[in-house]
Amino acid sequence: MDIHLTINDIPLTVPEGTTILEAARTINIDIPTLCHMKLHEMHYNNNIASCRVCVVEIEGRRNLASSCSTPVMEGMVVKTDSLRAIQARRAMVELLLSDHPKSCLTCAKNMDCDLRKLAAELGVRAISYEGVESEFEIDQSSSSIVRDPNKCIRCRRCETMCNEVQTVGVYSAMGRGFETVIKTAFDLPLSQTACTFCGQCLAVCPTGALTEVDQVDKVWKALNDPNQFVVVQTAPAVRVALGEEFGMEPGSIVTGKMVASLRRLGFNRVFDTDFAADLTIMEEASELVHRIQHGGRLPLLTSCCPAWVKFFEHQFPDLLDIPSTCKSPHQMMGSLIKSYYAKTLGIDPKSITVVSVMPCVAKKYEAARPELAQSAETADVDIVITTRELARMVREASIHFDHLKDEEFDHPLGESTGAAIIFGTTGGVLEAALRTAYEMLTGEALEKVEFEALRGMNGIKEAVIPIAGKDYRIAVIHGLGNARTVLEKIRAGESDYDVIEIMACPGGCIGGGGQPYHHGNMEILKSRAAAIYREDRAKPLRKSHENLAIVALYKDYLGEPYGERAHKLLHTSYTARRKI
Amino acid sequence: MCNSDSPNEFAQKLDNYIDSLPNKKENLIAILHYAQEIYGWLPDNVQWHIAQKLDIPSAKVYGVVSFYSYFTMKPRGEHVVNVCMGTACFVRGAEKLKNELENQLKIKAGETTPDNLFTLETLRCVGACGLAPVMIVDGEVHGKMHEPQEINEVLAKYRPEG
Repeated sequence: MDIHLTINDIPLTVPEGTTILEAARTINIDIPTLCHMKLHEMHYNNNIASCRVCVVEIEGRRNLASSCSTPVMEGMVVKTDSLRAIQARRAMVELLLSDHPKSCLTCAKNMDCDLRKLAAELGVRAISYEGVESEFEIDQSSSSIVRDPNKCIRCRRCETMCNEVQTVGVYSAMGRGFETVIKTAFDLPLSQTACTFCGQCLAVCPTGALTEVDQVDKVWKALNDPNQFVVVQTAPAVRVALGEEFGMEPGSIVTGKMVASLRRLGFNRVFDTDFAADLTIMEEASELVHRIQHGGRLPLLTSCCPAWVKFFEHQFPDLLDIPSTCKSPHQMMGSLIKSYYAKTLGIDPKSITVVSVMPCVAKKYEAARPELAQSAETADVDIVITTRELARMVREASIHFDHLKDEEFDHPLGESTGAAIIFGTTGGVLEAALRTAYEMLTGEALEKVEFEALRGMNGIKEAVIPIAGKDYRIAVIHGLGNARTVLEKIRAGESDYDVIEIMACPGGCIGGGGQPYHHGNMEILKSRAAAIYREDRAKPLRKSHENLAIVALYKDYLGEPYGERAHKLLHTSYTARRKI
Repeated sequence: MCNSDSPNEFAQKLDNYIDSLPNKKENLIAILHYAQEIYGWLPDNVQWHIAQKLDIPSAKVYGVVSFYSYFTMKPRGEHVVNVCMGTACFVRGAEKLKNELENQLKIKAGETTPDNLFTLETLRCVGACGLAPVMIVDGEVHGKMHEPQEINEVLAKYRPEG
């Protein structure tokens, strides 16, 4: 049914059930919001109306109404810009600021903070409320995420993300009234919970309450250590998002500028995680063939995503035998740099620092996992920084990013195909695997390399792909809540998939917790995904097994895919963990 | 409280109770009430166990426990003394009564005596406004508690003899 109302004297008609906020936006009237966040494609709706910033005046009602949660009604007369509404909004922000640290100048979220931006937009010039300020301990227990509850405004965006989208349930509101705070169970440090470090909580946190563990200074130190040979690698999703940090349009591809900037920063070699993505396809496809031929357990689940890995270790410890044993691509790369490449250069692996630039905060935790190392002293990957942290390094070094001339990755670990770049978005790993598996199993060339059914933002995508007379049932999943749904079916024996790709973050790595903040705009993620597919199309080679550097690596060093040396360097094992 | 039971028997009793419920997840608060009744308080491991049993995040259980003042995450004494701080009791001297109890028991509200005999707590209106101010010991209401001597006599009833 259609509802007729006026907003700021403008008549409009909207469907029943529309909120005042949504209705106003249809006629280009914006109402400021803070706690409210709706990410349609992720089925994420934080609609608790706790901040009261979006209040509006409704004729005939005594109290102001929160526009994010009040549905329109027939004949409603709404004023979004009355003096009373504006003053109330300003008072709300002042009240929030009265219990907020005044350390904005040095806050990690500084220029990305929704609260700071709102205070500026609403013209808050002084805080007239002097009150008690909360004093909470800062949780720096994990390698990935820093929690500073003093900066928390109790908007519950993180809680909604963790509970409803990811179904990890690490956060909950504790206590009541002024003392309410978003905490972990039993106030445990994050490192002792079932947190997967996917970082989606900090991707939606409006303030500096949740941020990544900052590793920038560690990288600067390594770059300035004359005894260290510093090698950097970049994940596929970084090059389609980094440009946003320098004011470029979402979806800008900045591969060449990114490589150039890394050289300016002083890295000795600039390698591409895409090389290792091609390698992952060789190993994972061989593992699948091995399982099929030797009656191994199916489905095979991909293991590129460290947050997904930690999720199944905590939530499905009885299913540890189904994920692929492949290390994630950047860990494979680290392992190769510290073994094969160190040998090629004749350098002691201990003098090599491997830095990974990732769209992800879970990769920081992953790199610190003790089993992902050459030895107790030599980790595969030494330091992980996010896309955001790299952008900051570029700014710290005063490099004019947009003026850089494009440069190429170094050889041989910088060679890659289109199959590797698509690892950066949901569906990409399986599409890449199919391009290779098809040719491995049929011996024929695959003409059409695009698998459209695996693309797009649907949380669970399914397809049946016939190869060499057999139908392969495959699924592509992103978001851990969707993964739980499918894993529960597998546990109950109700699934007949052969292969499943799972990524923790909605959209895959393009929507990772370490990417430039999207501030609730899902179009940004779609632009990044489109850029990934553009980059794939532009590559002369689009199948992993055609990567000549990979062919040479197996011939000269690794031996057979899924063979003995490959096992030692490129595969790993999993640990059952407690659900808490 | 069933202090004669061993922790294993507590756990068994709790599991039996949870198993007897048709809609487990919807009955979290009832389960927490029951658990507090048998354990006397809600230690972390009991909350964790309930979360596993109900297949819900332990953070959610902890959130509910922290929200309601009735639930306690600290061990309580053998006898729980509550002072009603509702409006009627308040205007008739609940604050004085609380101070007197704190004096006599030598603890603050929310604490337990070192001999584990008494825990002192406060709560909101218990509906005995005609008797204000009231104190409740192990569920038994004692009204018109004005005089230190009267308060002392009530407490004495709960102290072991000799």
